[in-house]
Amino acid sequence: MSNGNLLEINNLTVSVDDREILHNLNLSVKPGETAVIFGPNGGGKTTLLMSIMGFPRYRVIGGSIKFKEQDITHMPVDERARLGVGISFQRPPVVRGVKMRDMVLACLRRDDKEAERIVDELAQKSHMSNFLGRNINAGFSGGETKRSEMLQLLAQGPDLALLDEPESGVDLENISLIGQLINEVLGKIHPIRERSRSGLIISHTGHILDYVNARTGYVLCGGQIICDGDPHDILNTIKDKGYQECVVCLKK
Amino acid sequence: MLEEIKSCREKAISARDKKAASGDDVDLDKYESHAAQAPQNNTIASISSDIKQAALSTGVMLDDQSQRSGTFVQIDNRPMHSAAAQEGIEVMATSEALAKYAWMKDYLWKAVDVDTDKFTAHTELNQADGYFMRALPGVKTTYPVQACLYMSRSRAVQDVHNIIIAEEGSELHIITGCSAAEREPGVHLGISEFFIKRGAKVTFTMIHSWSPDVEVRPRTCAIIEQDGLFMSNYVIMRPVRSLQSNPTAYCVGKNATVRFNSVIVATPGSKIDIGSRAILSAKGAKTEMIARTISTGGEIISRGYIEASELETKGHLECRGLILGEQGIIHAIPEIKGCRAGVDLSHEAAVGKIAEEEVEYLMARGLSRDEATAAIIRGFLKVDIQGLPPMLNAEMQKAVKQSEADLF
Repeated sequence: MSNGNLLEINNLTVSVDDREILHNLNLSVKPGETAVIFGPNGGGKTTLLMSIMGFPRYRVIGGSIKFKEQDITHMPVDERARLGVGISFQRPPVVRGVKMRDMVLACLRRDDKEAERIVDELAQKSHMSNFLGRNINAGFSGGETKRSEMLQLLAQGPDLALLDEPESGVDLENISLIGQLINEVLGKIHPIRERSRSGLIISHTGHILDYVNARTGYVLCGGQIICDGDPHDILNTIKDKGYQECVVCLKK
Repeated sequence: MLEEIKSCREKAISARDKKAASGDDVDLDKYESHAAQAPQNNTIASISSDIKQAALSTGVMLDDQSQRSGTFVQIDNRPMHSAAAQEGIEVMATSEALAKYAWMKDYLWKAVDVDTDKFTAHTELNQADGYFMRALPGVKTTYPVQACLYMSRSRAVQDVHNIIIAEEGSELHIITGCSAAEREPGVHLGISEFFIKRGAKVTFTMIHSWSPDVEVRPRTCAIIEQDGLFMSNYVIMRPVRSLQSNPTAYCVGKNATVRFNSVIVATPGSKIDIGSRAILSAKGAKTEMIARTISTGGEIISRGYIEASELETKGHLECRGLILGEQGIIHAIPEIKGCRAGVDLSHEAAVGKIAEEEVEYLMARGLSRDEATAAIIRGFLKVDIQGLPPMLNAEMQKAVKQSEADLF
């Protein structure tokens, strides 16, 4: 990759239902890098992830998204997924009649003899073995939903994982498991040098930083990235002074 | 018995022109009517491979019967083969049972009224034959008993009259596959009378695979005694000109239970008016009806009716419909009637389209739009049937899967 970026977003402007949410947003992610995005509610964090994944409701009206040096700005969702972008949803829909096992198998995109065994192994790792026969997301608790999302990402193995508030609605007991699963999705089990998988994590509380190391932190506010730096520094400032400080800081 | 026969005949004559309570009328005079022909007992080997193939698509395996407890084949109005493969299970032509057992008069036209409409009348007046299946007291089928009803004649009426008896404490699993020669017009009239005695259990899985010019008017009733269970699973996914059927189960004994599951697909040009009725007239009687309907351009009326008149009766009715494509009608008519305090009845009905959010969710995992849509439809059609033996469930899913290939 010429400039070494896995993901490169230039001047991205996105509207949802005719309301502009992101304005000329710029962001890049290197291979192996994990970045955390902070920001107030309604700031555009979810919109950013949904736009990178390419859901049609999030309409790009300006700028571009490049992934692995390809312009994916107008590429359909499924093609992006196959190219290596994956997402974990905050509130995924229930799909009646589609079993968890079939979903994980579909994520795996292989139908050889090994596939079933891999599904069982990943499910065990995610503490989801008892859910494989159930309809996807039907009656799942907060923690179960997150584990199910992580299980699907483990099977999919994306080069860029977009994680929308992976810790929300998860009790303390489960949060370290979610952290472990994220680390596995992001390939953090490998030595730093060999890592190529990247992650963009939206976090409200920053709790996930106790379990997942992130190199960069961003503050997304009013549809723009207004700050970047060490994620722990940013988090401490926000905890101390709230997002108001970010806005004030920007004006200086 | 002569008296009985005479009175049936008279009733049938009086109902000759009586239109059905619902569904389009069928002018039977436009078709050839034939009286039933004497049953034969041919070998399976003598049955043509076309018919075997058609039977296979409806879950009836004629060549390999190792996993069947009995087999019956009727082509047009002639029973061609009947054999039971298990002690305590009887499979024969209805006419043979009538000749063999004097008590058959207590069953023939005792669940279905002969003067229900012109279709029941036609069946009686043409002395329809069909299958007789019976499980002796306490006998349980190891494998399902299968029946193949096939229409080969063009522009003819097929009349069928089936009697199914599950004696006390028995268990009878049945697969019936109905099919017709490719593109031949015709009418299928099928009477099925089920008698489920105390503590007996019958599962009846019926798969229809007609051709686009066939009109189908089955008439089915079941009488379920104390602690008896009747489970009816019905699948139609291939084209048919018109089909109207509204089977009724009478739960007359304490804790009698009936479940109806249907998977219905109406392709362009098909008109399907189908329902199920449960009359809960004994304490603790229960029913559950689940219908999954899809229109890819055809018309479906999906009916359901539960009537409860005793204490601790319980019934739930669910119809869900998907309209795929531009055209198509799905008209859900769920009805529940409670006739006293202490009944517990509910229904839910929904007609809609595939949720875009669900399609996109699957696409985000790498499935193409078509793959995602197919997975959702497959899931929609996958009814989890409680209490159906795994093998029958597999047969049913197989039939659904085979027909799915035509859908997408």
